[in-house]
Amino acid sequence: MIPLSHYLIVGALLFAISVVGIFLNRKNLVIILMAIELLLLAANMNFVAFSHYLGDLSGQVFVFFILTVAAAEAAIGLAILIVLFRTRRSINVQDLDRLQG
Amino acid sequence: MMTLANLHLNLIAPEIFLSGAACLVLLIELFIKPARACALAWPLSLIALLISGGLAFGQINNPPLIGLNGLVISDSAAALLRGMSCFLAAGVLFYAQRYSQARDIWRVEYLTLALFGVVGMMTMIGSAHLLTLYVGVELLALCLYGMIAMQRDAVQAAEAAMKYFILGALASGLLLYGMSLLYGLTGTLSLASISANSLTTLLPTSLPLMLAVVMVIAGLLFKLGAVPFHMWVPDVYEGSATGTTLYLSAVPKLAAFAILYRLLEQGLGGWIEIWQDILLLTGIFSIALGNVIAIAQTSLKRMLAYSTISHMGFLLLGFASATTSGYAASMMYALIYAITTLAVFGVMLALSRDGFESDQLDDLKGLNQRHPWLAFLMLLAIFSLAGIPPTAGFFAKLLILQAVVEAGFLAVVVAAVLFAVVGAFYYLRVIKLMYFDAPREDLLAASARGYRPSVLWVLTANAVLVVAITPWIGAIMDVVSSTL
Repeated sequence: MIPLSHYLIVGALLFAISVVGIFLNRKNLVIILMAIELLLLAANMNFVAFSHYLGDLSGQVFVFFILTVAAAEAAIGLAILIVLFRTRRSINVQDLDRLQG
Repeated sequence: MMTLANLHLNLIAPEIFLSGAACLVLLIELFIKPARACALAWPLSLIALLISGGLAFGQINNPPLIGLNGLVISDSAAALLRGMSCFLAAGVLFYAQRYSQARDIWRVEYLTLALFGVVGMMTMIGSAHLLTLYVGVELLALCLYGMIAMQRDAVQAAEAAMKYFILGALASGLLLYGMSLLYGLTGTLSLASISANSLTTLLPTSLPLMLAVVMVIAGLLFKLGAVPFHMWVPDVYEGSATGTTLYLSAVPKLAAFAILYRLLEQGLGGWIEIWQDILLLTGIFSIALGNVIAIAQTSLKRMLAYSTISHMGFLLLGFASATTSGYAASMMYALIYAITTLAVFGVMLALSRDGFESDQLDDLKGLNQRHPWLAFLMLLAIFSLAGIPPTAGFFAKLLILQAVVEAGFLAVVVAAVLFAVVGAFYYLRVIKLMYFDAPREDLLAASARGYRPSVLWVLTANAVLVVAITPWIGAIMDVVSSTL
């Protein structure tokens, strides 16, 4: 029997990888989209682990909703990426500099 | 035993109606040519929003009721905020029509996204469960990304959509990770049970609990655009078409207040020690940063974006006082802020023309000579944003500060007032530009092209409302606090 903490550590690692991927990546927008997917998967990992550990099904139901939302989010993210590429011929993160915030 | 009757589907009648209407709007293009479909879809959306708002207001005297097996709650606050969200969204679509049509984003899909966004906000407002809260947040966010990116030929819009998408997705990731930890710690997803069965077992000093609460708050602050997470606000405001900026700046603030209230007060209300200081600090820093950086802006939209950050700071301060009067003051603030913003952007939209955005401060020069009445309406709205006495904006700030003083944070109030005075500078500069500067020659010549008279009437009612409600502000405040 694998203890709960192992699952939580995997979840935390996924979370850390994705946050680092979003902030340190200066090259490619597609990598950021992948990192965002990882972020949601990290939460999924936690939900499933807790749900099993607590013997409560609602956490796993939540995961189904997160998966659905993640699919919608990926679709919209890629669509925006295509619009961006059409207007700018580049998906380099550093080229996103028209708006200075 | 689960039956249809004890699901209490009538509690979400406004959401069901609006979702149905949004699907209907989407289907219109199957039968009518795309070029003319909006002529039908637009009035239909407005009517749907008004009916849905009316349905929501119909529940205002209901006792708090939990429906859908604990997923949604319908209380007076939910009824008021859902109704107002619908009416505000109707106002946004009403103002944005001519502007968006000229920029070729006024499509059936745009209206559908706008309607589904309102459904998302209503879901957030009526959530009694982390699941509905998350789904509502995402439904609104996904619609907003789509609405911004709808302006496909504009380089800025695509960039704004991408920035908003990445930071918004990061925020929902944080929120979700915090929720998963909360679920693990308390063993339930229902907000009522989180606050009920956790107090006995979890101390506010427990490290995992602090981590969970901080992550949830970080996600919420991202969505609100408060200080450590405010980077997206100016870029998204500037990059979006003005009609979309209005939609995303005015309407979701009510829902943002609602999720703060649901999550922090109703869910995590037992652990005030953890979140009160965070909200106080982010609130005061938002006010400081928003008001100071707004001074340096040349774009009206960017200036309003920084002004929004400072207004969100005030909202957080009222919330951080953690008393019923504080929550009521925050809710009042959100309502008045939304109505005022609607008027400011309404004037901007009325002034813009094909190929002329009217989104720079310079474009307002000498507005009094070109459109005296619009200049006057802008004056009223800007006074209210600045918080100058006869307007509702003043009373909104006063109520917040009063609540914070009562909660015993005098130093915070002093700092907030000082920075509000700093903020008055850039608001008054807008008035100076409109009334005391000479207009640009090219704009004087072009000023003949007008706007719809009906828009002018609604705009007048909207801006005058900001001043006209002040005699009844006490009564309105009583109504608002009675809903909480």
